[in-house]
Amino acid sequence: MTTDATPRNTASLAGRRRLLAGLGALPLAGAMGAAAMPAQAAARARTQARIVIAGGGAAGLASASRLAALLDGASITVIDGRKAHYYQPGFTLIAAGVKPQGYVISSTSEYIPTGVELIAEKVAEIDPEGKAVVTDSGKRLTYDFLILATGLELNYGAIEGMDTTRIGTSGLGSIYHSPQAAAATWQALNQFADTGGVGLFGRPPGEMKCAGAPLKYTFISDDHLRRRGNRGKAELMYMAQSKSLFGVPIVAEKVRMLFQDRGVKVHHEHVLQSIDLGRRIATYKTPAGTLEQGYDFINVVPPMRAPEVVRNSPLPWTEGPWAADGWADVDKQTLRHKRYPEVFAVGDIAGVPKGKTAASVKWQVPVAVSHLVGDITGKPSQDRYDGYTSCPLITRLGRAMLIEFDYQDNLVMSFPGVIAPLEELWISWVMKTMALKPTYISMLRGRA
Amino acid sequence: MKELDPMVFLAVFQEMLGPMLWVMLLVAVLGVAAFAALLVREGGLVSRRLVQSELLGLLGGVLALVIMARVSSSGFTDAGGPADWFLIALVYGMGAVATAILVYAILGWLRPRPKKGTLARA
Repeated sequence: MTTDATPRNTASLAGRRRLLAGLGALPLAGAMGAAAMPAQAAARARTQARIVIAGGGAAGLASASRLAALLDGASITVIDGRKAHYYQPGFTLIAAGVKPQGYVISSTSEYIPTGVELIAEKVAEIDPEGKAVVTDSGKRLTYDFLILATGLELNYGAIEGMDTTRIGTSGLGSIYHSPQAAAATWQALNQFADTGGVGLFGRPPGEMKCAGAPLKYTFISDDHLRRRGNRGKAELMYMAQSKSLFGVPIVAEKVRMLFQDRGVKVHHEHVLQSIDLGRRIATYKTPAGTLEQGYDFINVVPPMRAPEVVRNSPLPWTEGPWAADGWADVDKQTLRHKRYPEVFAVGDIAGVPKGKTAASVKWQVPVAVSHLVGDITGKPSQDRYDGYTSCPLITRLGRAMLIEFDYQDNLVMSFPGVIAPLEELWISWVMKTMALKPTYISMLRGRA
Repeated sequence: MKELDPMVFLAVFQEMLGPMLWVMLLVAVLGVAAFAALLVREGGLVSRRLVQSELLGLLGGVLALVIMARVSSSGFTDAGGPADWFLIALVYGMGAVATAILVYAILGWLRPRPKKGTLARA
């Protein structure tokens, strides 16, 4: 039986070399975790099931590859209107001036496995009652199983005065927007590193992808200023949206210490509300009222929410902290939808705690897929996702902290005794710059 | 459950190096084979040639570190802890050993065997 090739319980894998097997990386470790392997040796399950994958990003493509490897005869369709595929973990490196824009750009079609159909259209409607997905050209696809992998929406509109066409000008940076914006952000930072002034960083409230990225960029900016001897001419401020700098307390405390060491001023409970791009003034909502802060450089991180097509469907949480932003209401250990059992959500759209990262995808997809395949074969999967995610948190150019954690805020160590999780190391930077992308691409192809 | 699957290594290395992976593997296999064949042919190591290749091996280690720094966008002051020194030693060591073996094999097959009596202990 095909699902036997995946571990009975992913939690039991916890820790050991997951990063590597997962998104991690040094090929050295690459291998662990049978969950990483789509049962090449096992026989594929025969089925006529119609599987629709809404979204062709990291989660959608990794799901397609695994399903194609595990199932024989299934109709698997990926729907995504964007032709380009972006390796999003590389955006920060572009905005750091380390990698060129092209480093992150490839095409969705090159990762579509044989036998899987790609419909290059947007998903316009999801009807879980009728078990159908409608594309923007009106094409209606019925399914037996739906994998929801739409990713999320960057809600720049929530910041009054923000204009994404001006990223890269007047000290405005915003890495998340696109590879082009990441490169433009580098232009703005590059200039700021020459002149100095006030640099503003921070993150939005709510769930977001890679919560470490805004912190990384603060450290990177500090380092560029130092390397040019201009740190004394600059004041860097980090506007945290809450009382903490990071969702995992032990990591938040370490970042607090590092920010103190680097002279980054931290302001808590400051949420960016509006921005005057011409006058270079950012307005924050604080417990004491609104605060206007002038800047010479700012990295705007927009609030994030589910795409409209998901928010307008019956799939989001109906109550609780994730209802308003429309995250899919799935079981956090199986990724199965709570009301529509034939629907699974993986990647950014999943309404589960913790990381919206490629490493999360790496560990969510095998679990969701094993449950889906278990439904087909009639042998239910016991696999569970324990919330593992990882983040090589860059603390200066050339060093990073390899942070891995789970749902319970436990630090998970891929290399206990070798790579300490809160230590700034070159080896972690090497993983980030050399090994992560090959591992990520292998994941898309279902080979890692 | 398999703990280690060589196919994952292969996949990641293929993505990382592209066709260079096969070139490097070929050079490594040919280099080691040529070295081994030389040992058999000459019945041991030639000390003079060994010293020459080891000296070049020292440079090979440095070259490996330079390449590593380049491809990982690193500087030379980035090491921050024991794991870093271990990696540096590993990269240097691999560069040094690979260079020494290749140089020894190349020299051995290009130059005639020195006179008897210069055979070193293995």
